[in-house]
Amino acid sequence: MNSYEKRFGEPELISLTSKALQRRAKTKWLLLLALPLLVLLTLYAYPISRMLLLSLFDPEFTMKNYIHFFKISSYSYVLVNTFKMSISVTVICLLLGYPIAYLLSTTSSRIKNLLMIMVILPFFTAFLVRTYAWMVILGRTGVLNQLLINWGFISSPLKLMHNLFGVYVGMVQILLPFMILPTYSVMAGINKDLMKAAENLGATPFRVFFHIFLPLSLPGVGGGSLLVFIIGLGFFITPALLGGISDVMISMFIETQVNQLLNWGFASAMAVILLAVTLLIFPIYNRFFGMGKFMGR
Amino acid sequence: MGHRLPSFLLYAVCGLIFLLLILPIFIVVPISFSTATYLQFPPPGFSLQWYKNYFSSRDWTQATILSLQVASITTIVATILGTLLAISLVRGNFKGKNLIYSFAVSPMIVPLIIIAIAVYFFYSKLRIVGTVPGLVAAHTILTIPYVLVIVSATLKGFDETMERASLSLGANPLKTFLLVTLPIIRPGIISAALFAFIVSFDELVIAIFICGTTAVTLPKRMWDGIRLEIDPTIAAVSSLLIGVSITLLILIEFMRKKQIK
Repeated sequence: MNSYEKRFGEPELISLTSKALQRRAKTKWLLLLALPLLVLLTLYAYPISRMLLLSLFDPEFTMKNYIHFFKISSYSYVLVNTFKMSISVTVICLLLGYPIAYLLSTTSSRIKNLLMIMVILPFFTAFLVRTYAWMVILGRTGVLNQLLINWGFISSPLKLMHNLFGVYVGMVQILLPFMILPTYSVMAGINKDLMKAAENLGATPFRVFFHIFLPLSLPGVGGGSLLVFIIGLGFFITPALLGGISDVMISMFIETQVNQLLNWGFASAMAVILLAVTLLIFPIYNRFFGMGKFMGR
Repeated sequence: MGHRLPSFLLYAVCGLIFLLLILPIFIVVPISFSTATYLQFPPPGFSLQWYKNYFSSRDWTQATILSLQVASITTIVATILGTLLAISLVRGNFKGKNLIYSFAVSPMIVPLIIIAIAVYFFYSKLRIVGTVPGLVAAHTILTIPYVLVIVSATLKGFDETMERASLSLGANPLKTFLLVTLPIIRPGIISAALFAFIVSFDELVIAIFICGTTAVTLPKRMWDGIRLEIDPTIAAVSSLLIGVSITLLILIEFMRKKQIK
């Protein structure tokens, strides 16, 4: 069905729409589309394709940037490390996010609204602000160390940031809403009567949870995990501020190559690798869950 | 509702996780009102000196004004472009629709560093690094996806028969859009604009590359000082940013309620 038929549902009007009119309708939509598409193509697609070329030509075609990356182990280590960190953060987010989503999907609506604010407010606060807050909390002379010393638990400050612990705390706090929101939206759609039925038939609460609720919530878990993993791969600000020297993620590495070493070709190659990984994973997410889900819509 | 896990344990665990989520925000705000010159907690006394410090410092205020400028222009441009995209993709019927949609929302998911260096290489050729147009151009592609997703959802959610009625009564498509469609989807468009504003206002990764030394945004100014300045001025700036976020969140929620009605 074309757009004009959709518009003019009445049969007598459909008969008026000739082929020419249909074509005009199509042109009209393309006209609306033209300006935004042109902007996206010149300001976004074109620079990215230039970056791809920059990684492959110097000035002749060469794979040296890619070979360089995979040959030297300290470079490919960064990629492996990025995966490792993003997977760890995803697992932690899953463990912490699942109970929260479960609680949100089972409590009454008034408490739920309040709890929802506690999930969405951090979601709306800038990454940088939240990372800074963790620096204030976890620093050597930070809030947590001050309190622990004042209360007599420790005598000298603990090292809570500039290490893996700091990065994980920061990244988990930032990414947790991306896990909670899709998981919750799937859980909220589970028919509660199924659980009641199982209970009436004599299943224990544990059995009901593990045999009915958990399997039905898995699509949300899958969506949330993929989303957290993809966003985690590209993290830059948080590991740069809360991590130690060895906790390098690929984004930080790219930044150094560009801003300090002016090694644009090599930086481009790494960006292309990161982009390829993202573009391989993202369609899976999009196919099953759609873009709007994690915005709570 | 008998399918609950042991409730006490669940509540205790969830309480701790909520604390983790909300704690950073609740630590920074009190510290910004502290009398201490370093990050002492709990604050020994109440003072507004860090806010005074922020408002009287030229580079902080300049950065704020620049960020407001960039975010406002970006919001206008991205809202118009994103809405046009949403209308043609939701109402139109042509090949490649889904492909265009995926392409247009992709900046939401492509790691920022990739967009940042790609536009940095290109913009340095165009000599717009360190300028407001450069920042607006980069932020526009970053915010279009939010507008597209929100306005599309709004358009899908309302009854198309009203548009059809208007058309069959003789109004042309433009008139129909302005007098029927636009008033109905207005709350959605406003939400989208607010989203675009906050995304641009808070954006840092692209700013690190595009700001140069001549167009420093507020997040970039924070980033420059975050490791060195240990007095609570940055806490005051952070609290202000949190305030902006809360305000916009409330406005967006208000718009959503309006849309549902």
